[in-house]
Amino acid sequence: MTPPAPITDDAATPAPLNVEALRKDFPLLTRTVNGRPIVYLDSASSALQPQAVISAMSRYYETTHANVHRGVYETAEEATALYERARLVAGRFIGAPDAAHEVVFAKNTTEALNLVAQSWGRSNLRAGDAVLLTEMEHHANIVPWMILSEELGGLDLRYIPIDDSGHLVLDNLDRLVDGVKVVGLSTMSNVLGTIPPVRHIASVAHDAGAVVVADGAQLVPHAPVDVRELGVDFIAFSAHKMMGPTGIGVLWGRAELLAAMPPFLGGGGMILDVKLDSFKAAPPPARFEAGTPPIAEAVGLTAAIDYLGAIGMDRIRAHELALTSFALDRLEEKLGSDVQIFGPPAGEDRGGVLSLAYRDVHAHDLAQVLDQFGVCVRPGHHCAKPLMRRLGVQATARASLSLFSDEHDIEVLIEGLLEAGRLFG
Amino acid sequence: MADLEELYREIILDHYRSPRNRGELDSPPAHRVEGFNPLCGDEVVVSMVVEDGKLSDLKIGGSGCSISQSSASLMSAAVKGKPVDEVRRLISTFKGMMSIHQANLGPHSDGSDDVADGEPEEIDLDKLGELAALQGVVKFPVRIKCATLSWNALAQGLDEVAAEAS
Repeated sequence: MTPPAPITDDAATPAPLNVEALRKDFPLLTRTVNGRPIVYLDSASSALQPQAVISAMSRYYETTHANVHRGVYETAEEATALYERARLVAGRFIGAPDAAHEVVFAKNTTEALNLVAQSWGRSNLRAGDAVLLTEMEHHANIVPWMILSEELGGLDLRYIPIDDSGHLVLDNLDRLVDGVKVVGLSTMSNVLGTIPPVRHIASVAHDAGAVVVADGAQLVPHAPVDVRELGVDFIAFSAHKMMGPTGIGVLWGRAELLAAMPPFLGGGGMILDVKLDSFKAAPPPARFEAGTPPIAEAVGLTAAIDYLGAIGMDRIRAHELALTSFALDRLEEKLGSDVQIFGPPAGEDRGGVLSLAYRDVHAHDLAQVLDQFGVCVRPGHHCAKPLMRRLGVQATARASLSLFSDEHDIEVLIEGLLEAGRLFG
Repeated sequence: MADLEELYREIILDHYRSPRNRGELDSPPAHRVEGFNPLCGDEVVVSMVVEDGKLSDLKIGGSGCSISQSSASLMSAAVKGKPVDEVRRLISTFKGMMSIHQANLGPHSDGSDDVADGEPEEIDLDKLGELAALQGVVKFPVRIKCATLSWNALAQGLDEVAAEAS
C-alpha cells in the first residue's frame, strides 16, 4: 500500500500518482506474457486486483467464513457484520444518502440493470410506453429493456444519437424525452470513453417525468461519483472493474423507488413470511438479495474501495486523463493517419478508453499480434453492436487505462501496432 | 514471434488479401447460410449450389479477421466442384485438425462444439493441401472459432440442402 500523497496547496490540482510504487501493489503485473512483461490495457473489461484485495478475501476465508443473516455464533455474526459493512462502504463511495436501505448487491452491473428492468420496469411500464436509451449503450442497458418490451407487448424504444466525435447529440433532447417513462444512460461509454452530461440529461428526464437508470460500470471505477450530484434514480456498477473480485456488483436506487418495487428473484433471505399459498417480501435491500450472497466478494469490494479511496479518485481520474491525452498525441505522432481512435479528444468529458483501428488490420489480428508483445487489449464489438454499426466498423481494438498504466505501456502498444502493420503489409 | 509467423503464414495472408470465390449467388436457386462469431463480430455468408451430388458452385461473403476470411477462401478453393461426399470428408478432416489442441488441454477443455465427434483420428495433412497452412491456429485456441466459422456454415448448408431434397 502506498502512503497517502502529500497535501498540496492547490486543491484543484490533485497530486500526481507514484505509478511505479503503485504497480508493486499488483501481483499480476510481475508475470510475463509470451516472454514479455505484461502490459495490461484491459481494465475496462476487468481490472487487476491489488494484494490488499486478495489478502482481505483470503483472510476472510481463513478466519471468518459463515453464512450471513442466519447463524448466531460468533463467526456468523462477524461475517454478517462484514457483509453489511460492505454495503455502507459501497454506498459512501458514491455518496448514497441512505446506504443501508439503498444499496443492493447483485452479481454484476448486468444483473443489477436486469433487476431494474424486471422489477421496476415490469411494475411501472405498459405496452406502448417509451424508453429512451443512447446509441452508445452497452448491451446490458439495451437488451433487458428489449426483453421487457417483448413481454409487455411492445415498448417504444428511442435512442439519443451520437455525433462523429462520439458525443451524445442533445439538441433534440426535449423532443426525444417527451412522454418517456425511463431513460437508460451510460455514465461513460465502454467503447468511446465519452462521459455525457449526466446531470443535465437526468434533469431534463425528470422534468418529463422519467426515471433515470444509469450504467456506472465504467465511470465509478475511474472518477469521483456522487449520486446526488449526478441526479440519477438508479446506478449500477461492478466490483471487478474497480479492482475488486468478480461475482459482486452494486445497484443503488432511491429508497422510495426500491420500497415500491416487487422482488426480482425469489428464495431464501428475501422474505418476511412464507405460507403454502403466499409470501410476504422483506423490505429492501434484502428483498432483492435472494439466496446466499457473495460474502467474500463483498469483503473484497470493501478492500478495493478502501484501496481506491486511500489513493483518491480525483488523483486517479487526473492521472488517467493525463495519460489519455499523452496516448492520443503519441499514437498520432508515431502512427499518423494509419491509426483511427474513436471517441472525443482528451478532456473532462472523456475517460481512458482508447478504441482504435489501425490501417485495415482487423481488431482480432491486432490483438493477436499485441499479445506477442505482452500487451492485453480487447478486440471485438465490446457488447455495443448498435454503436459499432453507427461507427461503421465491425470491431475495434480497445486499450483501456488504469491507475497503474504509464507512458511505457503506450510505447509498447505502439511497438506492437507497428509490427502488426509490418506483418499485414 | 515464431508462433505468430506460423499463425500468419504467407498463404493465409494471400487468401486474406485476395479472397477466392468472393461474393454471393442468387438465392434461390442457391442455398444461403450465415455464420456469426458472437465474440468478435466476424461473419461469413456461404452461398452454394448442389447439383447431381456435387457442390457445383459456391461463393463467400461477409467480413472479419484474417483467420476467418482466409479460412473461408481456402475452403472455397478446396471444395468448389467436388462431390458432396468428398466435401463432407474434408470438413471432417479439417475440423479434426482444428481439434488437435483439445487433447492437450486436459480437464480445462471447454467442451466447445468445435471438437470432432469420437476419438481423434490421425490427420493426414497431405490430404488437406493448402489448408494445412491453417494448422498454426490450434496454438491459439480462441482463434479456432474464427477458422471453423465458414466450415460450420458449409456443413450446415449441406445438411439443409440434403434435408430439403429428402
